[in-house]
Amino acid sequence: MTGTVRRFGKAARAVHWTVALLMIICIVTAAILYNGSLEVAIGHRHLVELIHVYSGFALPVPILLGAISAAYRLDLRRLNRFTPGDWRWLRSRERRDGSIKVGKFNAGQKLNAALSGGAIAALLGTGVIMYFPSLTRLSWRTGSTFVHDWFALAVGLLVLGHIAYALKDSEALRGMRTGRVSASWARAEHAAWADEVLEPPQDHEQEALS
Amino acid sequence: MRAAAGDDGPEVDGKPIGRRTILGLIALAGAGVVGGKAVQDGLSKVLAPIELRDPTGLTGLIPNGNSFRFYSVTGAVPTKNAQTYRLAIDGMVTNTASYTLADLQAMPQTKLVRDFQCVTGWYVPQVHWSGVRLSTLLDRAAPTPGARAVRFRSFDGTYTESLSLEQARLDDVIVALQMLDGPITHNHGGPVRMYVAPMYGYKSTKWLSGIELTAKVEQGYWEDRGYPVDAFLDPARGHGA
Repeated sequence: MTGTVRRFGKAARAVHWTVALLMIICIVTAAILYNGSLEVAIGHRHLVELIHVYSGFALPVPILLGAISAAYRLDLRRLNRFTPGDWRWLRSRERRDGSIKVGKFNAGQKLNAALSGGAIAALLGTGVIMYFPSLTRLSWRTGSTFVHDWFALAVGLLVLGHIAYALKDSEALRGMRTGRVSASWARAEHAAWADEVLEPPQDHEQEALS
Repeated sequence: MRAAAGDDGPEVDGKPIGRRTILGLIALAGAGVVGGKAVQDGLSKVLAPIELRDPTGLTGLIPNGNSFRFYSVTGAVPTKNAQTYRLAIDGMVTNTASYTLADLQAMPQTKLVRDFQCVTGWYVPQVHWSGVRLSTLLDRAAPTPGARAVRFRSFDGTYTESLSLEQARLDDVIVALQMLDGPITHNHGGPVRMYVAPMYGYKSTKWLSGIELTAKVEQGYWEDRGYPVDAFLDPARGHGA
């Protein structure tokens, strides 16, 4: 255990990378469907559409399946809960200097998770309405297209931001790749979580084990 | 709050903002489905003039819903111009024909200012169209008595569509030579495409290469993939074809 600490279990990593793959397929096919020059150059609209739609339908499946794992459920609960410290962290200019002790997830990660989750639900619902036109009236399909367009743009920006932050911090990326991070990184970036897992009180001992 | 050291691990402090955010976004999306058309129409009025004058092209990245989305169902579609373009009229007709672009331009032109409405929801309001009424071409071709329907072919080599002969003779069904106040560009299905104003966009075959008179309505490309053969925008006009 010296020097490293377990950050993500197998379930969380499997969910993350499956969702990442499906999301990238959705984004690439969306670009082809949406951008006129790409669409006319690549064509085969029906095939591209099928790949896009079924990747989209599949996207929530791993997120829900992960809930079989207790460790994943705990991660979700941590992402869900915002403390007063989280709001201070979001407003602070010195949020990265460690003066506000951050738990397993910082407020930005919590926000990203919530916005991504909500956007995925919104994209799924509007996607279903657009893909099965007989379900609803025309004005709702127009509304769905409108919602789908703007949420897609927002999700694209979220994903880009997420990847940019991951690439800036190789240790964070290692955590999601291998499941483990260095203890020093944990202390610097997630001090409250490091306190919890590096000197585990009796109650929490299963957290520290891998 | 859950007790500490339960099966799921330690207690987690704080308010469930994540869940509220997700539910809030779902509610926002629901409101957008119901009211989005009105918002989008307003937004387009503001964005459209900016988009026309935008030298950077950046506004093209903003999802302005009320603009054309280009569909192509095959790989590369050949480009045709005034020299290479031909429109064949064949099948159950007395007079087959092969029109050049100049032939079509020499015929009486009908102008329409009508929406282009896609079945998935997006639409472009008040597009300027101009071209030859399909009924004009049908009159010249003189369908034989058994002809009941019209089948459109595309020089993309794959796309087909059909109308009943009665629908094909409607005043607002044109073989379009112009749209958006200019010749029809390749991406829009030029130089010649169909514009079937009273129906969803998939009836308006792009890259039109042939019009064939047939004994009955045959399913088209998207209809084989689930869209209804009867594509009237106004459900009251549908005949359950």
